[in-house]
Amino acid sequence: MSAHADTHAHDDHGHHHHKETFVTKYIFSQDHKMIAKQYLITGTIMGVIGVLMSMMFRMQIAWPEEPNVLFEALLGKWAPDGVMDADIYLALVTIHGTIMVFFVLTAGLSGTFSNLLIPLQIGARDMASGFLNMVSYWLFFLSSVVMIISLFVEAGPAAAGWTIYPPLSALPMAQGGSGMGMTLWLVSMAIFIASSLLGSLNYIVTVINLRTKGMSMTRLPLTIWAFFVTAIIGVVSFPVLLSAALLLIMDRSFGTSFFLSDIFIQGEVLHYQGGSPVLFEHLFWFLGHPEVYIVILPAMGLVSEIMASNSRKPIFGYRAMIMSILAIAFLSTIVWGHHMFISGMNPFLGSVFTFTTLLIAIPSAVKAFNWITTIWKGNIQMNPAMLFSIGFVSTFITGGLTGIILGDSALDINVHDTYFVVAHFHLVMGISALYGMFAGIYHWFPKMFGRMLNKNLGYIHFWVTAICAYGVFFPMHFIGMAGLPRRYYTNSNFPLFDDLANANVVITVFALVGGVFQLVYLYNFFVSIFYGKRTTQNPWRSTTLEWTAPIKHIHGNWEGEIPHVHRWAYDYSKPGHDDDFVPQHIPLKEGEEELQH
Amino acid sequence: MTAFLTIIIVLFIAVAIWQMVKIFDLAQAGSNESAVATDKDNKINGYLMMGFLAFIYIITIVSFWYLGDLPLMSNSASAHGPELDNLMIISMVIIFIVQTFTQFLLHYFAYKYKGEKGKKALFYADNNTLEAIWTFIPVVVLAGLIIYGLFTWNSIMNIDESEDPLVVELYAQQFNWKARYAGEDNVLGMANVRLIDIDKANILGLDESDPNAQDDIITTELHLPVDRPVLFKMRSQDVLHSAYMPHFRAQMNCVPGMVTQFGFTPTVTTAEMRQNPDIVDKVKHINALRAENKEAIEERGQELIYEFDYLLLCNKICGKSHYNMQMKIVVETQEEYDAWLKEQKTFENSLIKEDLKSY
Repeated sequence: MSAHADTHAHDDHGHHHHKETFVTKYIFSQDHKMIAKQYLITGTIMGVIGVLMSMMFRMQIAWPEEPNVLFEALLGKWAPDGVMDADIYLALVTIHGTIMVFFVLTAGLSGTFSNLLIPLQIGARDMASGFLNMVSYWLFFLSSVVMIISLFVEAGPAAAGWTIYPPLSALPMAQGGSGMGMTLWLVSMAIFIASSLLGSLNYIVTVINLRTKGMSMTRLPLTIWAFFVTAIIGVVSFPVLLSAALLLIMDRSFGTSFFLSDIFIQGEVLHYQGGSPVLFEHLFWFLGHPEVYIVILPAMGLVSEIMASNSRKPIFGYRAMIMSILAIAFLSTIVWGHHMFISGMNPFLGSVFTFTTLLIAIPSAVKAFNWITTIWKGNIQMNPAMLFSIGFVSTFITGGLTGIILGDSALDINVHDTYFVVAHFHLVMGISALYGMFAGIYHWFPKMFGRMLNKNLGYIHFWVTAICAYGVFFPMHFIGMAGLPRRYYTNSNFPLFDDLANANVVITVFALVGGVFQLVYLYNFFVSIFYGKRTTQNPWRSTTLEWTAPIKHIHGNWEGEIPHVHRWAYDYSKPGHDDDFVPQHIPLKEGEEELQH
Repeated sequence: MTAFLTIIIVLFIAVAIWQMVKIFDLAQAGSNESAVATDKDNKINGYLMMGFLAFIYIITIVSFWYLGDLPLMSNSASAHGPELDNLMIISMVIIFIVQTFTQFLLHYFAYKYKGEKGKKALFYADNNTLEAIWTFIPVVVLAGLIIYGLFTWNSIMNIDESEDPLVVELYAQQFNWKARYAGEDNVLGMANVRLIDIDKANILGLDESDPNAQDDIITTELHLPVDRPVLFKMRSQDVLHSAYMPHFRAQMNCVPGMVTQFGFTPTVTTAEMRQNPDIVDKVKHINALRAENKEAIEERGQELIYEFDYLLLCNKICGKSHYNMQMKIVVETQEEYDAWLKEQKTFENSLIKEDLKSY
């Protein structure tokens, strides 16, 4: 089966020598490696916007209502005399969330590495459909453009929080941002979902059909397992968000009442009757929760691979890692209600969702312990990618543990929608996934651009980011446990919280320093693309197939035949070999046993 | 001014980074060093891993030291509060044990097994016993937490109506709260936003023909008699709001188009809580801070001296003034409560009558 697919792919690409123009090579490219780079660059630009927004609203929280030159320059009419407006504060929070979750950590992370690594690591000439892949990227690009245009509309961008709960998001009279800004937000997300679905279907088909000879599912690197399962979750859950968005568009523009009922606003009764905002919450979180695993699973895959390679040790418990990915994926679709314990849904449902939610801690714990055991007695090469991977495990544990509190319906009553939640999810999926993404970039940069990133700048980048991330989000748990609600433009109307003001200043300073230090990374990234040291064939001495492909990118990935696979992806430091790694395409020695559990 | 200073500092940092980057670039240009970690890198970063472990422990301790007086874990003012706080404390203890232990293992291993040329790692791919152990331990711990949590949840959410709770409606609108007391019959009159008649001051949309509605009382402060169960019925007229009463460990969303509910029994009066040593300390601390910020506070038109009060906050993003949607809660003795209630107008008496208007 895979042999057949192999020859087929071979015919398709290997022997066709397309004439490449600038447009087909760099813009409307159907080559997975170029598309991966396009995703990465677009994601990076969106990331810069998202982080800048967070730095602005953090300044507002620390020094409320104070004039700020930066606001005046960047926000224009939304910051008269440099004082940030309350509406734009909510808009910044909303768009920051949307951009970081969807545009950076879904498209930027999954889009980049699924595209780059799936064909290269399974031994395929390209994705199953290069054309769909191209369409997927350009839809993503279009949705990014629409999202950015929405920042400039007259009444302001969407400002109902990234969860856009109606009726706030449905009624332009409830909030300025719920006018044209919200329309564009919904259009942008609808396009985004189409892009994500095309991408995911492509990943699934490619992994199932185009593996090279000998690459059985149990020899796949964990990266591929993670991308594969992520794509499946995406295909299952994203359409539900699309339906929620479409129904919301109907409510907004065509007068239906899916989510609205009995509303009196600005002196008039609206005609809506019979709908329920709780329905929207169900639909939203049916995607929204799996979404956090769409974000974190690829990062887990990248980290598993990088940890094994840099520890010069096999990943510990390969099968358990796969099983836990599958378990997490399955559970992720039946826990969405833990975002809704106090939404007014039946308390019995709350009990059910508490049960399923806390179960997720089990596969998560297994993964954490397996990573720790992977580095135990290793020969750890402290490359920047490895530092970010260790950082990933650290923030994943710190952030994940507080999930035990938030997933418990009784405790959630008290900390729901406070800064405790903000701290929790930023550590466990925001920072962790970002670390996973950085780890991936440092590790596979040579594969993408044929040059190396500067490691010393990488070290500075990691250590400052690591300290700032904890500096921002660790104290934030305590502010949340003091009862401070999130999404407050200023806390100055509550003397009750006055004693938290200094902590908020400290957090903001960490956030600003952390944000500014990302410049080190940006400098390193863009300069190294052109001036970095040239890479060798296999700079990290890894076992997986992508390092057997030529450094110079060619259509079809390998000159001549695609390598065949004879062993799993983790033969590091295997006794009986001189080198401390045995690539997957090296046949077993006589008498050598393959590790099959 | 502070903001301006911050920007200057940020700019300086940016310049500093620029300089550092240049230095590193120059330093690298001459050397033959590769872009892959050397033994020296492994060593430095290995030590930094231990430093970072220390940093995690220190930030934990510092956070507890400065922010560890956690109002949401002590001095609850409702009957179910202590039970919930107990569960919270148990969860926190478990979390901190696991956190301390696993972070130690992770960073210590990273330090201890930092790479050296010529060293070979242990080929150790699997161990079913170990896997079983760290599947089984979380299962047991979580089973305990789940069971404890579910019992707590059920006892909070299952409202026993046979105890004759005081029925109070919490009514949310952009951007304020109203409370509606059921009056002598303890039955709230029928209401729907379609019945709102601003001209007649029927602001909550009560059914004017419903006999149960006549004695209802609408207020802008929430007064509760101590030690009597209260059953809140929540409504919203426009968007989602969330009625958050942190001191009572209570929260429930207010959803347009439906009535949600939450019940608790307040156990500590406002007056008693103001005497509580923890609260006295907290208020003293806050007032010291407020004295430092005197100008800014007076500019905002707020009272300088803060006095403790229970609060109802909005905790679901609801629009521009979400950050200022609050209502004072007063818990008092039955007598004080009765006296206060008597002063309030009933719905019947608060309506502007048609015949009066025509004059």
